[in-house]
Amino acid sequence: MRNISLLSSLLLAAFSATAAAQTLTLVSWGGSYGRSVERAWVEPFIEETGIEVQIEDYNGGLAQIRAQVESGNVFWDVVDMPTPDAVRGCDEGLLEFVPVEELPPAPDGTPAAEDYPPGSRSDCAGGGIASATIVAYNDELFPGAKPSTLEDYFDLDKFPGRRGMRRVPVVNLEFALIADGVPLDDVYRTLGTDEGIARAFAKLDTIKDQIVFWEAGAQPPQMLADQEVVMTTAYNGRVFNAQILENQPFTIIWDGQVQEASGLVIPLGTPRLDIARQFIEFASSAQSLAAISKYISYSPTRYSGNALVSTHEDTGIEMAPHMPAAEQNMRRALHSDWVWWADNRDEMNERFAVWLTR
Amino acid sequence: MVNPMTDKRLRAALLAAPLVIFVAVTFLAPLALMLVRSVYEPAVADSLPATLNALAEWDGRDLPSEETFRIAGTEFVALNEVRALGSVATRVNRLQSGMRSTLLGTARRLGNDPPAGSWRDAMIDGDEDWAEVSTWLAIRRAGERITPRYYLNALDLDRGAAGEIVAQPEDRRIYVSLLWRTFLISATITAISLALAYPVAWLLAHARPARAGMLLLLVLVPFWTSLLVRTTSWIVLLQNQGVINDLLVVLGIIADEQRLSLIYNMTGTIIAMVHVLLPFMILPLYSIMRTIPPRHMQAAASLGASFWQSFRRVYWPQSLPGVAAGSLLVFIMSIGFYITPALVGGRTGQLISSMIAYHMEQSLNWGLAAALGAILLLLVVLLYLVYNRLVGVDRMRLG
Repeated sequence: MRNISLLSSLLLAAFSATAAAQTLTLVSWGGSYGRSVERAWVEPFIEETGIEVQIEDYNGGLAQIRAQVESGNVFWDVVDMPTPDAVRGCDEGLLEFVPVEELPPAPDGTPAAEDYPPGSRSDCAGGGIASATIVAYNDELFPGAKPSTLEDYFDLDKFPGRRGMRRVPVVNLEFALIADGVPLDDVYRTLGTDEGIARAFAKLDTIKDQIVFWEAGAQPPQMLADQEVVMTTAYNGRVFNAQILENQPFTIIWDGQVQEASGLVIPLGTPRLDIARQFIEFASSAQSLAAISKYISYSPTRYSGNALVSTHEDTGIEMAPHMPAAEQNMRRALHSDWVWWADNRDEMNERFAVWLTR
Repeated sequence: MVNPMTDKRLRAALLAAPLVIFVAVTFLAPLALMLVRSVYEPAVADSLPATLNALAEWDGRDLPSEETFRIAGTEFVALNEVRALGSVATRVNRLQSGMRSTLLGTARRLGNDPPAGSWRDAMIDGDEDWAEVSTWLAIRRAGERITPRYYLNALDLDRGAAGEIVAQPEDRRIYVSLLWRTFLISATITAISLALAYPVAWLLAHARPARAGMLLLLVLVPFWTSLLVRTTSWIVLLQNQGVINDLLVVLGIIADEQRLSLIYNMTGTIIAMVHVLLPFMILPLYSIMRTIPPRHMQAAASLGASFWQSFRRVYWPQSLPGVAAGSLLVFIMSIGFYITPALVGGRTGQLISSMIAYHMEQSLNWGLAAALGAILLLLVVLLYLVYNRLVGVDRMRLG
């Protein structure tokens, strides 16, 4: 009897070892976006290939990947990463190259190289989802006049109450300058000067006492629902899901939105490189990218994927008007400059930290 | 014939060996490594030997020679081909923002299209930064193997163009004021803990044994509870819509729109940390007070001293080693505390530990994190020496 149990536990161990070798670890952003990734990419991928996928959450940055790559113990296989970080990680040799020739062509046969907008993709990234950081407010807290511009977010006299803000300089410095009257085309040129940076922080100073900081993308809708803040910066998709799925009385201010792109990358040296590449190839097709848009208001960066955006899977709502790139949302919109951020992130983080402690 | 004394010593050494090895491996070695990291930075020097060699003879005033441009350009291209230029660029970028894309862009351009004529003209045509002396100075400085720059950085200092030490511009100074704040908050926490703990320890030490046991349990139960649980409980109690504010509003003490900001600021850090560290003050005090015979106070009273007089002249001096031990313990634990301020400190209640963690985990500037840690360590050692001078370590009792 004892021998049998020993044998079975050995078999079990052997079995779980092979299973572990076939489990792909996908790291994404959690919350309602994480669920979209699960339904649009992970579930169909498991169905098609039989490869197990384990999903983990993170809040961005290259730190964990660098630690894994430099210690030679890589346990993340595919990471969902904003373009500036992907560019930096690629330059620093932390990520595997993802040759554009290996990405699937558009449904009409156009090669992937011509299907991505120029400059929207890092050499180490597949996938490609566009999102925006916007300001959103809780309707119930503004019975009279409603905020409608980015300037209103910074206007405590007209719209008193606490503001939510992500605890990073990215996007916030842009918001500050746009609201301070800097034309969109001049935002990064202005940030390139010491006076410009000082101007951005001076603008942030005007609301500093009223700011509640957030770190994970799932927090701002929660803060609005709890009425901990009256207005907050947020990822547009998270607010959309709170509006549609939870019937929250939230409104998005599209004015002054800052658009960013993200892609799928592979940390250098993962032992599961084959299935990681397989996953990226799967998730980079126009259909897969458009599938994300069935669950959350983020759009494919690929032209052919964008053409496939249709309706929300659970409610049947037409998705196009809720996308950052919809025409009526684009009246004042800034594209995040990932080269500028790749160069200046360390210095801006440091200045932001100084600003925080004052 | 083995000498019995040597035998005994050998046995003692063997018994202590596992602990000594454990301490060496898990504490002393990482500590030494951290201290090394705070001054030793070989990455750039190892990657750009030829460039740095050429720059070593450069005067630092005019632009380097055509030869230097060629050597540097060639080396950048070669490094970029093996994907090793990125980490060099990140390090130079810390000295001068923008160098990351200058280096990588130049390497890419030169690699695709090697200059037929002058490297100098080709590099400056591609990126005007190469016409700036400061660009080359930054590369030369990033190439120093042994460098004081992390310590300078940790003290809000920098080096000027000629290598002289200058203060950082005002909007980039952070660490010195943060260190001060850390000290101030730690001292406040120590003082509050002492004021709260002294009467409790007195009660514990002089109550009847059954009741003292009960009281001790009340002190120890929170001590045994997870730090995270205690900290998050404070969030529930103190937050804007939390128990304490609700209670104050219901009782009509404050109006609904006047709710107190008790958390996510310095107040929150102090309240939560006093609670977490209180047992470390109570226990040393208690262990000392237990050894003070009650007869001393009775004798003072019988000689006509008032309670206050006998306390001040008889009891307090005898309890001083406990006061000193508890205060030292609480203060030293406070200045390195991380998790509680991170959770309840908000913007104004952060200690220096938050910046160390930030540089360890986010910016990956481990040299700076090491320098900040080393400064903290030095301060603790200084404190210990002062304490030893004033009280004497042999008189300290920790429970």
